Amino acid sequence: MNFLSNKSYIAWYFVIPVVFIHLFVIGIPSILSLALCLTDWSGLGKINYVGFENFIELFDDRYFKKAIFHNILWTIIFLTVPVCIALMCAYLLTGIKRGQMFYRLAFFFPYMLASVVNCQIWKYLFHPIHGLGGFFESIGIEALASSPFTTKETSLYAAAFVDGWHFWGFLVVIYLTGMYQVDNHLYEAADIEGASKFQKFRYITLPMIRPIFIFSLMIIIIWSVPVFDYVYILTGGGPAYSSEVVANYLYTHAFVRFNVGYASAVGTLMFIYVIFIVGIFGLLRKLGWEI
Amino acid sequence: MLVSNFRRKEAIPNHFILILFALLAVLPILVLFFNSIKPFSEFGLNPLGPPSEIRLQNFPDAWIAGEYTKIFFNSAKLVFGSVILCLAVSSLAGFSLAKLNPKGSAVIAIYLLVGISIPAQLYILPLFLLWKELSLLNTHIGLIIIYSALNAPFATFLIRSYMIRLPDELFDAAKLDGANTFQIFFRIALPLSWPVILTAGLIIGLAVWNEFLFALTFITDPNFKPMATILFSFQARFENNYALQSAAAIMMVAPVAILFMLFQRRFISGLTSGGLKE
Repeated sequence: MNFLSNKSYIAWYFVIPVVFIHLFVIGIPSILSLALCLTDWSGLGKINYVGFENFIELFDDRYFKKAIFHNILWTIIFLTVPVCIALMCAYLLTGIKRGQMFYRLAFFFPYMLASVVNCQIWKYLFHPIHGLGGFFESIGIEALASSPFTTKETSLYAAAFVDGWHFWGFLVVIYLTGMYQVDNHLYEAADIEGASKFQKFRYITLPMIRPIFIFSLMIIIIWSVPVFDYVYILTGGGPAYSSEVVANYLYTHAFVRFNVGYASAVGTLMFIYVIFIVGIFGLLRKLGWEI
Repeated sequence: MLVSNFRRKEAIPNHFILILFALLAVLPILVLFFNSIKPFSEFGLNPLGPPSEIRLQNFPDAWIAGEYTKIFFNSAKLVFGSVILCLAVSSLAGFSLAKLNPKGSAVIAIYLLVGISIPAQLYILPLFLLWKELSLLNTHIGLIIIYSALNAPFATFLIRSYMIRLPDELFDAAKLDGANTFQIFFRIALPLSWPVILTAGLIIGLAVWNEFLFALTFITDPNFKPMATILFSFQARFENNYALQSAAAIMMVAPVAILFMLFQRRFISGLTSGGLKE
């Protein structure tokens, strides 16, 4: 485009507002946080430089280690269960003609709802008296007879379940978009060879949607880092830290105890991890992986 | 004929599995809806099924108990304020990145891309302290600025990807007629891009309406809280009154459901555009 090449500074006027507002809200506070993680500031009074003490303390903190472990579990759960279900549903959807739109809307609708609403729905459904507790007991699933959100062994999985229930329809839609771009001739050729449904999925669909598939794995890994709403609303990280995640841990230190330095150190680690993951995927792309 | 018969038979097991998952997605929301129109006295006997008697009075009850006239207005202010501010800054930037390509614009694009990946937890505490200094805590304008910044990178890229496909000849012709860059933006680029502006607006509005973390942190005065955090405290306040709770939740779902019915394709394509590359 060259209709403005003689006055290119005008082009900059157009981007200044977005850069300004983004720097103001996200850029500068992020840099502040990266600096404050080396201090012991409590939000008031003098700021003392303490070097890497916050990080040393963090790696000694067993609740933080627990939270990290829970985030890893969360990531693994999301990389498997919703991905498998969504792949299957998207593949089945390509095999039908009628009701396509209905299924798509039904799967996607929970993704549109607020976390508070979704949590309320499932808190009620898992309620031991009003909800499905009695039903689960009568079919022999004792574990769900009491609310899984208040049981130590299940609280993390129950929160992940609700978040996954809300999220998987999103995956169906992006996989479906990828699957529609697959050349129909490939399937016809496979039909002639007598390939089974699963073989067609394994050897045609999955390789053909690989870019979208890999991309979905990347966003799941990145989005599993700041997980907050579902844990905070459903369990508050409890009981007894059994569902504590890093974001909730940071929130407590930041806004309940006002450990600015310590909370910034947690935030910094989250940031480094996310950049690391994005970097790895970027590197893989550079190395010629088609993602 | 033979082929289509075969296909139809093959489709039946597909439908069977798909219906199971569709029910898993929809039934919980249906239970919430049933509960919102169920008399409180019926919950003991019939906690999950459709109500035997429809009681619409739950909605006015919840509306009054939660002072929803005020709360609804708070949320509406946040949604419209954020949509307008965010669209204003993003469409300008999207136009520049799509058609003007200033020298070094790649830096801006990379900055915004990194901005999308930064977890909110990194900056939320310094932002909170900054907002405290600027007396922006417990104000709607403070939250509108935050929401606009949060959604701006997404909106900028969405708008850019649309404007980049507008034919260059249009702009060249306007240039020859003596229009300056701002006139070209307002008279040509913006009107031609209304579909993407609408999509971006819907997605920003939805994100603001549903947002929880920043609303929880930056607005603690109940008079200024939006729907999401009010519903959260409502759940604690009326812990056992499921009729009232469900009615309040449905009031938050209803606008989303209506807009989703009207603009399904825009919502779906807009929300998944981040996951799909050109």
